[in-house]
Amino acid sequence: MFSIEVKNIIKAYGNRAAVNNVSFDVNQGEIFGLIGPNGAGKTTTIRMMMDIIKPDSGEIKVMGEKLNDGSKNKIGYLPEERGLYKKMSVMDTIIYFASLKGVDKVLARKRGEEMLKRADLLPHQNKRIEELSRGMGQIIQVIITTIHEPDLIILDEPFSGLDPVNTQLLKDIIRELKNRGKTIIMSTHLMNDIEELCDRLLMINKGRAVLYGSVAEVKSKYRNNAVLVEAEGDLGAIEGVTGIVPHNGALELKLDANTTPQMVLERLVKKGIVINRFELSMPSLTEIFIKVVGDEHE
Amino acid sequence: MNKTMLLIKHEFINTVRRKAFVILTLAFPVIALLGLLAAQVIPSMLTPATTIEKVGYVDKVGIFTQGLTEYKTELVPYADETGAKTELTDKKIKEYFVIGQDYLSSGLVQRYTLASEIAPSSTVQTVIRDFLLNNLLKGNSEEIITRAKSPLNISSTTLTTAGTPAARQGGFSAFILPYIFSILLMMAIFTSSGYLLQGLGEEKENRVMEILLSSVSPRQLLAGKILGLGAAGLMQIIVWLVSANFLVKIAAASFGNILGSLQIGPEFIILAIIYFVLGYLLMAVIMAGMGSISPTAREGQQMSALVTIPVAIPIYFMAIIMEHPENPFVKVLTFFPITAPITVIVRLGLSEIPLWELLVSISILILSIWGLFVLTTKLFRTYLLMYGKRPDLKEIIRSFKEA
Repeated sequence: MFSIEVKNIIKAYGNRAAVNNVSFDVNQGEIFGLIGPNGAGKTTTIRMMMDIIKPDSGEIKVMGEKLNDGSKNKIGYLPEERGLYKKMSVMDTIIYFASLKGVDKVLARKRGEEMLKRADLLPHQNKRIEELSRGMGQIIQVIITTIHEPDLIILDEPFSGLDPVNTQLLKDIIRELKNRGKTIIMSTHLMNDIEELCDRLLMINKGRAVLYGSVAEVKSKYRNNAVLVEAEGDLGAIEGVTGIVPHNGALELKLDANTTPQMVLERLVKKGIVINRFELSMPSLTEIFIKVVGDEHE
Repeated sequence: MNKTMLLIKHEFINTVRRKAFVILTLAFPVIALLGLLAAQVIPSMLTPATTIEKVGYVDKVGIFTQGLTEYKTELVPYADETGAKTELTDKKIKEYFVIGQDYLSSGLVQRYTLASEIAPSSTVQTVIRDFLLNNLLKGNSEEIITRAKSPLNISSTTLTTAGTPAARQGGFSAFILPYIFSILLMMAIFTSSGYLLQGLGEEKENRVMEILLSSVSPRQLLAGKILGLGAAGLMQIIVWLVSANFLVKIAAASFGNILGSLQIGPEFIILAIIYFVLGYLLMAVIMAGMGSISPTAREGQQMSALVTIPVAIPIYFMAIIMEHPENPFVKVLTFFPITAPITVIVRLGLSEIPLWELLVSISILILSIWGLFVLTTKLFRTYLLMYGKRPDLKEIIRSFKEA
């Protein structure tokens, strides 16, 4: 069963389509990345999944059915813009939001204490939210998002505004949730995070889905026909190689359309060149992102 | 616990914990109590001096011979003005007055003092008046003289058409409580519905709204907020009613002669509570609607003036409501949902409101609350998350149609 099925959703604000005919599925237990530039429609898509706004047309199923009160309790949602009741204490905030997800007080307090301890925030449990730093507040929100042990966790730009220590803490939490079988959907415009954490991704640009699949699939689809070589001595001219450019201490060999990496390797070996490293040159998601978004722009 | 109950509890606790709310709730009874204490303590501090004041007079008519010893004042006759003036400048007397030759036709009495004053004090006026009356009515019985000094003590009774005394006798005491309560009711309604508007604006600005909506439905959220804050407002009005009942007893004991039989009947308390609840619910629903279409808390507050001003209309027209309760305009105010609560409370003190009028007014209120609640839930859902953008009228109408 899919954790989320989205079929042909459309949402327009005035004449502008914020989300235009987007479809995707999220498998159970995976980390799914929703990527795209600012204003691409990521948050609108997430709000429609959460039934905060309704799509103009299209269908969304969460855990096999339309979102309802019961399924809301199985979802944890971290909105893009963060805010909490400023005057409430940390523990009261955690307990209140947990209770709205159907967790009883005693259990909420116990779990809240464990989670605060893990984030080194336990000494702050009686402080008011307004006394915390921004980063701390954000970690509290992550705790609120996950305290009811949801099966599906939706994080909208979870790393924005976090310092490196808290970023690492949050990445560890996300990996741990995945290990416990939870499904995670995260939106971001930082490709490194996706590359590091996600199994599959959907890229949206100007409201349309432009890339969809596993991270490996997407990368191989956008593979350059090139290899990276680190070798001793000069390579000289090689048949089928149209150009050589330095690339992070190695050399990137661009191949013509009739040449495969295997053929280049053979030719290098035949020439008696000592090879220390030989690998396919894969574009980073950042490069793909820029390429796709740039193409759309033209 | 049901999610709506959780929201109600949260809103209630957060409101009654607010400093401003606690201060406002306690301010009315405390200020009233202080006022009552002051009214008892200050006169005793102002009791007249025990020494006897000397006041001189010159009688040019020749009939004012009988002196006066009341009011801690001694009247000293002088043969002419020069003598009196010398004694005054030497501060042997406090003041003196001259009864002119034409007094009997003009009533003119010329008074001379050393201190400048806004108007002659009431004691001095009484002293001079009683002195004049004593002499003018010389030869009449003590009884007649006393009555002439205070000839009228009016007491009115309102009769029903059947000729029996009516249940409501009107008057100052019957009017004062509804008057105070119409203002308190308005304050309570504005306070709680104002908190609602502020709360919505804040949650919208700090984005708590999205977390809430990922857990509860817009209808649950709206109902929870309205009822939670309403419970806080109801508590406030009950504190006021209970303390008013208590204060009135103190007041009646101390100032029974002025206030007469001031009392808060059970019927008044019940209607005050019914109209608070309905008036609040109506305002709350309207405020929630305003809150959902305005992008910031501040703009919401500005827009809310559009409805808060009409609520106070009955206060502006209080004179008409008091003097002409049968006027059709007053009926309109009684039935129009926004003005009904205050109008009914004001009218209660003056005349019997026919039962059918109350029933019509309450039914209209309930129907408008329900209708507006349904509409507001739709608005709420559509516009809540349109941060920084206010929908125009066309869009609002369209969203009603679509919803």
